[in-house]
Amino acid sequence: MEKLISEFSVGLFFWQTFLFLVLLFLLRKYAWKPTLMAVNRREKSIEEALESAELARKELKKLQNSNSALLQEARDEREQLLKEAKAMKNEIIAEAKTKAQEEAEKVLIAAREEIKIEKSKAIAALKTQVADFSFQIAEKLLTEKLSDKDKQSATVTTALNEINFN
Amino acid sequence: MRTLAANFKTPYSSRSMRLKIVFLFVLFALIFNPFTVKSEDTEKAADSTNIRAEIKQDILHHLQDAHDFHLLTDESTGTHYGFPLPVILWDDGLKMFMSSKFHHGEEVAEVNGNYYALYHKHIYKTDADGTLNYDENHHVTNAKPLDFSITKSVFSVIVVSIIIFFLFKALGDGYKNSAIPRGVGKFLEPLVLFVRDEIAIPNIGEKHYQKYMSYLLTVFVFIWFINLTGLTPLGINVTGNIAVTFALALMTFIITQVSGRGYYWKHIFWMPGVPVPMKIILAPIELLGVIIKPFALMIRLYANISAGHIVLMSLVGLLFIFNNWFARGAFLGLTLFLSIIELLVAFLQAYIFTMLTALYFGFAVEEHDEHQ
Repeated sequence: MEKLISEFSVGLFFWQTFLFLVLLFLLRKYAWKPTLMAVNRREKSIEEALESAELARKELKKLQNSNSALLQEARDEREQLLKEAKAMKNEIIAEAKTKAQEEAEKVLIAAREEIKIEKSKAIAALKTQVADFSFQIAEKLLTEKLSDKDKQSATVTTALNEINFN
Repeated sequence: MRTLAANFKTPYSSRSMRLKIVFLFVLFALIFNPFTVKSEDTEKAADSTNIRAEIKQDILHHLQDAHDFHLLTDESTGTHYGFPLPVILWDDGLKMFMSSKFHHGEEVAEVNGNYYALYHKHIYKTDADGTLNYDENHHVTNAKPLDFSITKSVFSVIVVSIIIFFLFKALGDGYKNSAIPRGVGKFLEPLVLFVRDEIAIPNIGEKHYQKYMSYLLTVFVFIWFINLTGLTPLGINVTGNIAVTFALALMTFIITQVSGRGYYWKHIFWMPGVPVPMKIILAPIELLGVIIKPFALMIRLYANISAGHIVLMSLVGLLFIFNNWFARGAFLGLTLFLSIIELLVAFLQAYIFTMLTALYFGFAVEEHDEHQ
């Protein structure tokens, strides 16, 4: 300890302190500040670059996801459309069928109606003809009767036989 | 330095570059070691006790600061190689002269009618003949002027500071043009990040660390670089001076106390969570701890570097004491091994000093909720 104290040099202490402080202030101004600032700036920019890269990656992934979603949607829509088209086709066909059937029925009904009318018309015509015939027969009868009784009855019978209803 | 600079520019990974630099330092230290040069011819002439005394003297001299930059001495002609440094004394006014005036302690320097002598690396005021008076313990009793000389250590600090400044200024300037370090910055930026991520943030916390970064970085780089210069063959020993480590520890101490917040002081004077008698007992202990912490910083750095220098120099000295190839080979290997260990110690001590400094700052700025 005594040796240490006797070895202690005030001059060296003074110079060491002085020179060290000078070095400290010079280095602070010309070396440490620019270096630490540059390093901090660089670290920050690297961090930011990494962050933005990560963000871009996420964005891309999102985009890819939405792309595939869009594709899926389009596919679904197409399927839907196809389904709808098929349904519509079936519906149209079914409708056409029922309409045709209805039409056919209508035609059939009309035809029956016509037939009925024609039949009644024919019956009416027949009736008039029968009446006409009856009148002619009656006329003939009358004429015959007026001449011969036997003959009259024979005539009636013949006439009646002659009549052929159809 | 040129080879180092060239190495910095090659775009190797920082790890392989670091290894390369470590290797260069070791090579440098081995090739140009002054002791190998110095003792080649003295070894044959002098006997072993002389060598032992000389080695001991060399080590003691090396550990002390000096007023000139001595590189080596040619014993046969008695010439010293090196260069003088300015001596600045405060003795009723400023006295300045070059240390060459002392002629390596052999002559008395005269300035404005005052006479000064250099004895065991200390400057004493004497008469014209350089008479020194001793007390019974063989301590010089002459008056000592206040010595503000640019000594070898101060000179080394200046040179290393300039090197550090320009190296790290190059790092700072590099960012003006690009966000990535260029050239020498490729090697230096990891150091800055190391101090920030491994020392400052874990010990001080994200919230407060920024204002201490300048000090921590400067302390770390300064101690590391100055420790490394101690491993060059120039024989520099700066951090092995108690005044240097005292200055560094004092700065840590002052910054710690200045940044101390309520929670820090409360922990010292009125420890929460213990009974009142314990609080009274703990207060002086904690207060003592405040002083002991920087004191330990000071002693740790000083002792580690001094011990490293003593051990390395002793091992090199042993190479000349043993006159036997086997022992010499063994000691050469051991010296090489310890040189590498000392390289590690140079870094480790810088790291520990900075780490503990950051830890003390962390204590000082700690807030209550962080303690839970």
